[in-house]
Amino acid sequence: MAAASNNQPLLEVRNLRIEFPTRRGTLLAVDDVSFDIAPGEVLGVVGESGAGKSLTGNAIIGLLEPPGRVAGGEIRLEGRRIDNLPYEEMRKIRGARIGAIFQDPLTSLNPLYSVGRQLVETIQTHLPLSASQAKARAIELLQEVGIPGAEMRIDHYPHQFSGGMRQRVVIALALCAGPRLIVADEPTTALDVSIQAQIIALLKRLCREHGTAVMLVTHDMGVIAETADRVAVMYAGRVAEIGPVREVVKHAKHPYTKGLMGSIPSLGVRTERLTQIDGAMPRLTEIPPGCAFNPRCTFKGQRCLVERPNLMPAGATRAACWLHDSGGVGAPILKETVDA
Amino acid sequence: MPDGGADFVRIEGLKRYFDVSAPWLVRKLEGRPRQVVQAVDGIDIEIAKGETFSLVGESGCGKSTVARLVVGLYPPTAGRIEFDGNDMAGRHSRSDMAALRRRMQMIFQDPFASLNPRWRVFDIIAEPIRAFGLSTGKADLEARVAALLRQVKLNPADGRKYPHEFSGGQRQRISIARALASEPEFLVCDEPTSALDVSVQAQILNLMVDLQRRLQLTYLFISHNLAVVYHISTRVGVMYLGRLVEVAPTDTLFRRPKHPYTRMLLDTIPDLEMTGRQRSPVGGEVPSPINPPSGCTFHPRCPFANDRCKAERPKALPIEGGTVACHAIEEGRLPIEDRTYALNT
Repeated sequence: MAAASNNQPLLEVRNLRIEFPTRRGTLLAVDDVSFDIAPGEVLGVVGESGAGKSLTGNAIIGLLEPPGRVAGGEIRLEGRRIDNLPYEEMRKIRGARIGAIFQDPLTSLNPLYSVGRQLVETIQTHLPLSASQAKARAIELLQEVGIPGAEMRIDHYPHQFSGGMRQRVVIALALCAGPRLIVADEPTTALDVSIQAQIIALLKRLCREHGTAVMLVTHDMGVIAETADRVAVMYAGRVAEIGPVREVVKHAKHPYTKGLMGSIPSLGVRTERLTQIDGAMPRLTEIPPGCAFNPRCTFKGQRCLVERPNLMPAGATRAACWLHDSGGVGAPILKETVDA
Repeated sequence: MPDGGADFVRIEGLKRYFDVSAPWLVRKLEGRPRQVVQAVDGIDIEIAKGETFSLVGESGCGKSTVARLVVGLYPPTAGRIEFDGNDMAGRHSRSDMAALRRRMQMIFQDPFASLNPRWRVFDIIAEPIRAFGLSTGKADLEARVAALLRQVKLNPADGRKYPHEFSGGQRQRISIARALASEPEFLVCDEPTSALDVSVQAQILNLMVDLQRRLQLTYLFISHNLAVVYHISTRVGVMYLGRLVEVAPTDTLFRRPKHPYTRMLLDTIPDLEMTGRQRSPVGGEVPSPINPPSGCTFHPRCPFANDRCKAERPKALPIEGGTVACHAIEEGRLPIEDRTYALNT
C-alpha cells in the first residue's frame, strides 16, 4: 500500500508530451500526460497497443528510441527533474534509482555473459563493492528472486534458464542497486499463466519488502487488478481515467474504460456476446478533434467532437470525459452524421 | 456433448513425435543419443457438428501441433483422424481429397505473418475460391469476395488494399474471410485472438460466434487463455505435455474441475475479481517434452502424486460427461469440489 505519510510523491509526471518527427509531419504519441507515483505504490498503466503506455515508461527511464523525444512537460524523481539530464547523468540514475524490467527476458539479458557476470557488472556500476562482495550480493539476489541453487546457477548463461527463471534474473538485475522505482513494461506477457502468477507474486513481495514503487505497464487488466494500487487507463496518447484500481475496475467512469472492462471475458458470468467497442483506436495520424474516443463512443454529444476533455473528478476516480462535467456532452448528435 | 455418437471429427490415438537429434556425425562423435520430442502423445478427441471444442494448455503442451495435425499440415506419427466419417490418412483420389480439404480451414495466431504482404486483400480471399474452382466467372468471384468481406464487417472496397494498411483486428477479419472462402464446415482456430488487444479480441470472438450460428460451423479452438475458452467453448480439453488430462463440458470443467492440473490452471487465472486477492502461484514449470516424467507426466508438480502416479500412465476415465486421466481421482483420493466465481457486477 502507498505510504501516505510521505506527502511528496516519488515520481511526478507533469504534462508529458512525446513527439515523433516524421517526413509527413510530427506525430504526437503522448499528449499531456500527468500522474504521480507515491513511494512504495504500484501504479498500473493499461491501454491497447499504441496507446502510449510503453513510451511513457521509456521516457521515465530515459530510453526513448530516437527520433521520439520528450517535447514538453517534466518528469521529477524525488523532486529532482530527470527528463532533461545529460546522458551520463541519466545513466547514473537508471539502474541506481530507477530499475527497469522489460517484456522479453531473453532480449534483456546478454546471451554471451553468464547471469552472474551481468549481475556483478550492474552491482559494481552502482555500488562501491569489491568483486567478491558483489558476487555475494548477486547470489543473495538470485536467492531472493527464488532461483534454486543460486550458488551454482550464477555461472550459467541465459539460455540455460527457462522463461520464468530468466524473468526472475531480470528482476534481480532491476533490484541490484536497490532502486526506489521499477518501471516494469509487460513483465509477464511472454510467460505462461502459471509462471505469470509466480512472477507477479514475486514482484509484489519484493516491492513490499524493499518499499520499491512500481510503474506496471501492461495490457492485461487481470494482472493490474491483482497487483496495482491505482491504475491509469491510456487511450490514444492520453490518460482517459485514473484512480484506485477497485474503483476503475468496478465503477469505471469513462466510457472507454467501461467498454474495456466489459470486453474482457470473465469467469463469473457466461454471456452470449461480450460487450464490444466498435472500431479501433485511431492511428496517431488520424486522431480526431475533440475527445480522441468520440468515434467509438456511444454517449458522445456535440461538445465531444470539438472540445478535448481533461481529467476531471468523476466519482472516486478522475476521468477525461465531458459526461462528468457540469456542462455535459453538449447537444445530441443526429444519427445520420454517425458513420458505422 | 456429442449427440448420438455421430461425431463430425474423430481423433484416435493421435501421436506426433519430432526428431530433434543433433546431426548424425555429431551424434556419433560425441556419443549422443537420438532425441525425440513427444509433442503429441496419444490423444483422443471427438467433436460433434456445430460445437466448439477448445484445447487449452501452457506453451509447449502440443496444442498447436494438434491443430496442425488435424488440418494436415503435419502427418501424424501414429493415430487416426476421421473427418465426417472419412479417414484423412486413407487412400483418396485427388479430387476426393480436395473436396475434404475444402471443408476444413484454419485461422492462424499472427495476422501479420499469415497474410502475404505482396497480395491485395482481394487476391488473398479469392485464392481458396480459385484453388477449389468454386466460382463460375470473374463477376461471381468478385461478388463472392465482396460478400465475404461484408460477412466479416469489412468494406468490399477494402479488397483493393494490401494487408499492411489494416490494423491487427482487421487483418484477423481478413484471415477469417479467407478461411470462410471455401465454404468450410470445420474451422481450426489456433490462438486467433492472442495477438489482439482485448477490445478487438471481443469483436473477433463475437464475430466468430455470429458466424458459427449463421453458417453452422464447427470449431476446434486452441488457446492458452482460459477466460476466452470459457466464453466460447461447448467442451474443453486440457492438455499437458502432449496428453489430454481432462475433457469436459465447459461449465463442468470450470465449476467442477477434476484433474489437479486443471485446478492449478484455474487457480492461476488473473481475473478482474482478484482485486486485492492473491492468486495462488504454483511451483515448478512444465518439464521438457524430450524426457517427459514417467507415469503421469504431471506427477513432479502434483501435490497428490504417489508411487503409482510415478510409475503408471493414467488412462482416461469417463466421469460427469467428460473424461479425466488421474489416478488420484480414479482411486477417490482426491475429492471433487465445486467452485464458485464472483459475479461481475
